Amino acid sequence: MLSRVADSIYWMSRYIERAENVARFIDVNLLMILDLPAGSSEQWSPLVSATGDDAKFKARYGTTDREQVIQFLAFDRENPNSIVSCLRAARESARSVREIISSDMWEQINTFYLMVNAAADRGIESPHDFFQQVKQGGHLFEGLTNATFSHGEGWHFCRVGRLLERADKTSRILDVKYFILLPAVSDIGTPFDNIQWAAVLRSTSALEMFRKQYHHISPDNIIDFLVLDREFPRAIHYCLVQAQESLHALSGTPAGTFRNPAEQHMGQLRAELAYIGMQQILNQGLHEFLDALQTKLNLIGDGIFETFFALRPIGGTER
Amino acid sequence: MAGFDDYDTDGFYDEMFLPDGVPRPEAALLAQLISSLPDGEMNRRQQAAERALLHMGITFNVYGDKAAAEKVWPFDVLPRMMQASEWERIERGLKQRIQALNLFLDDVYHDQKIVKDGIIPREIIQSANSFRPACVGLNPPNGVWCHITGTDLVRDGDGQVYVLEDNLRCPSGVSYVLANREIMKRTFPSVFEASHVLPVDDYPNRLLDLLLRLCPDYIQSPNVAVLTPGIYNAAYYEHSFLAQQMGVELVEGRDLVVVDGTVQMRTTKGLERVDVLYRRIDDDFLDPQVFYPDSMLGVPGLFEVYKAGRIAVVNAPGTGVADDKVVYAYVPKMIKYYLGEDNIIPNVPTYLCWDEKDLQYVLAHLDSLVVKAANESGGYGMLVGPHASEEARAQFARLIQDDPRNYIAQPTLALSRAPILAEGRFVGRHLDLRPFILYGKDIYVLPGGLTRVALREGSLVVNSSQGGGSKDTWVVPAVASSTEGAR
Repeated sequence: MLSRVADSIYWMSRYIERAENVARFIDVNLLMILDLPAGSSEQWSPLVSATGDDAKFKARYGTTDREQVIQFLAFDRENPNSIVSCLRAARESARSVREIISSDMWEQINTFYLMVNAAADRGIESPHDFFQQVKQGGHLFEGLTNATFSHGEGWHFCRVGRLLERADKTSRILDVKYFILLPAVSDIGTPFDNIQWAAVLRSTSALEMFRKQYHHISPDNIIDFLVLDREFPRAIHYCLVQAQESLHALSGTPAGTFRNPAEQHMGQLRAELAYIGMQQILNQGLHEFLDALQTKLNLIGDGIFETFFALRPIGGTER
Repeated sequence: MAGFDDYDTDGFYDEMFLPDGVPRPEAALLAQLISSLPDGEMNRRQQAAERALLHMGITFNVYGDKAAAEKVWPFDVLPRMMQASEWERIERGLKQRIQALNLFLDDVYHDQKIVKDGIIPREIIQSANSFRPACVGLNPPNGVWCHITGTDLVRDGDGQVYVLEDNLRCPSGVSYVLANREIMKRTFPSVFEASHVLPVDDYPNRLLDLLLRLCPDYIQSPNVAVLTPGIYNAAYYEHSFLAQQMGVELVEGRDLVVVDGTVQMRTTKGLERVDVLYRRIDDDFLDPQVFYPDSMLGVPGLFEVYKAGRIAVVNAPGTGVADDKVVYAYVPKMIKYYLGEDNIIPNVPTYLCWDEKDLQYVLAHLDSLVVKAANESGGYGMLVGPHASEEARAQFARLIQDDPRNYIAQPTLALSRAPILAEGRFVGRHLDLRPFILYGKDIYVLPGGLTRVALREGSLVVNSSQGGGSKDTWVVPAVASSTEGAR
């Protein structure tokens, strides 16, 4: 497969996943707000903080309220990580590999983009319904990818892209909770605090699966589940297990060894997650742990670029 | 709206109706069906077709139009009909023409007998900036230079079909023929079936066969690739469509590199040799070491590999010289010279501004002529005299005088029309036809081709880059067999 094509497939898949997760991201806050005690005000700045786009937001937006934040995260064409920008980028990537992917995949991305683009132009009536549609759009694309695209090289690049993006975004959704201020310190561990945690679970589509395993909502269990579970498809550990499988399928390197920087960083992070306990994460501080995790995920991404996509000069004919 | 009751041919040759308003035999079935449809049904079908094109992402790009550079392919649901008997004559004419043009190309890059015999003035060849000295003496595989052609045909008021342009470089549009056909099968399934329309679906297979045949036999499983300038090119959709339909790689210049005297693709597993390149990039941009040094689209060193016979390039570099609009004027003479035959499809009468007499005539009659730059396509660099402002004509007069060799002029034809659906009613619009010709083991002409239609009233410019639309083209046997169950 051409390096450029592999690169585009990887990013197509990442951008779709990113768009879906931004929707989840906003959704978690909308859910939390519904459960706010009377008299408390909506908190929207944590959302911007958790995306890491604070500076970009402050430069162009005045107030941090619902409208502004949703505009910035969903519909701002100048914010490269907004839903509409992600869909646009995904579509551009897909357009450049249209002859490689299935027409079902292409048509889904195209239709998905047209839907989001129209919403950005015309506005939306119900935010919840719109973000639900975005999630569905992402799921549909993943389903079509699995059902209509041969599970060869292209599919593995698709899968690695999706799962790395998902691992990163699950970590950021957890982080939203970190940035959310409780009305008072004494609220920690109260039913109100638990309601917020439940919102985190719901926005990662994890509530029911979590309940089956733990029954009780507690922050510790939720962290255990969303970070370390090996079976839940949005848990960080699960994402990495699967992504590692695809990386090794791509290179043919035997499991447990590495031949390129992507596999090396991946192996290290996998080992860390395999042997760390929830209590150790809390001792480090959840936010600090997630921050470091995001950096390591970036290293894996850089390694993939180096190994598979970079167009290095060749012989005397470099350009 | 009930059919064509108030449709008027306005004295033009109409592809669907005779002057008295009776449908032509090949269109009778369709006209009958449409007249029987309930109010608003045609509009619904048109909208369904447009929705399908939008969702399938069938688009083209317009340059210099930032707001919406990528546009959905404009399509009219009424097919353009053509009788098989007329088509058969056109097909023979196109085969004759491409045969002669290929003989000309081979001659012009070898002995130039046609010049020595005084048929074409030497200065025309020398001054054609699409003549490639680098190609002199080369022998493309099987002696064919131009494998893929998209000739533009027009019909004048008296019903006569003319060749307007030959398009021997990188003609586009065939993907839209196939897309239009897909949509039409959904829009008029039973009329389509009852009309026994000649099929077009075979094109990608034939193209692939043609490309594979250019590769020496000793290569076991040759790598074929389509070379595109990238996703911002006007015809990118087509490049990607053809690569997809043939199941071959779609590459950009930056994916390719010349190593060890061969052209190789950069893949995730290292370099891989390319044996046949269907390039959709003009000669100028193909190889910065030989042509435009600033080209970022091409592959440095590609031409050397091609010369050494280690990659086949389609169309062969150098075909543009036969596409020069001044050289075009000599095609009937070429046919006579190389084949000893009279041309079957005539040229549009053409004034060559490099000839002093013609130049004076052109300058004096700018208000009735169509002027074209010898080296442009896509409707760029063109003046439609009768529709142009005084100012535009004056500007062209200056351009022509500055560089007479680069301009030709033709009488403004009363291009034939066909009905299109516009705001719920049928109105007549001017159109042309671009059939596609493959020159492989033998010559194949795709039945029908791309009908391009000017969407603006009275306009003669059909290029999609200039606001033109398209229609499916149905080549049908004389009279469609059955009207039963048509809906």
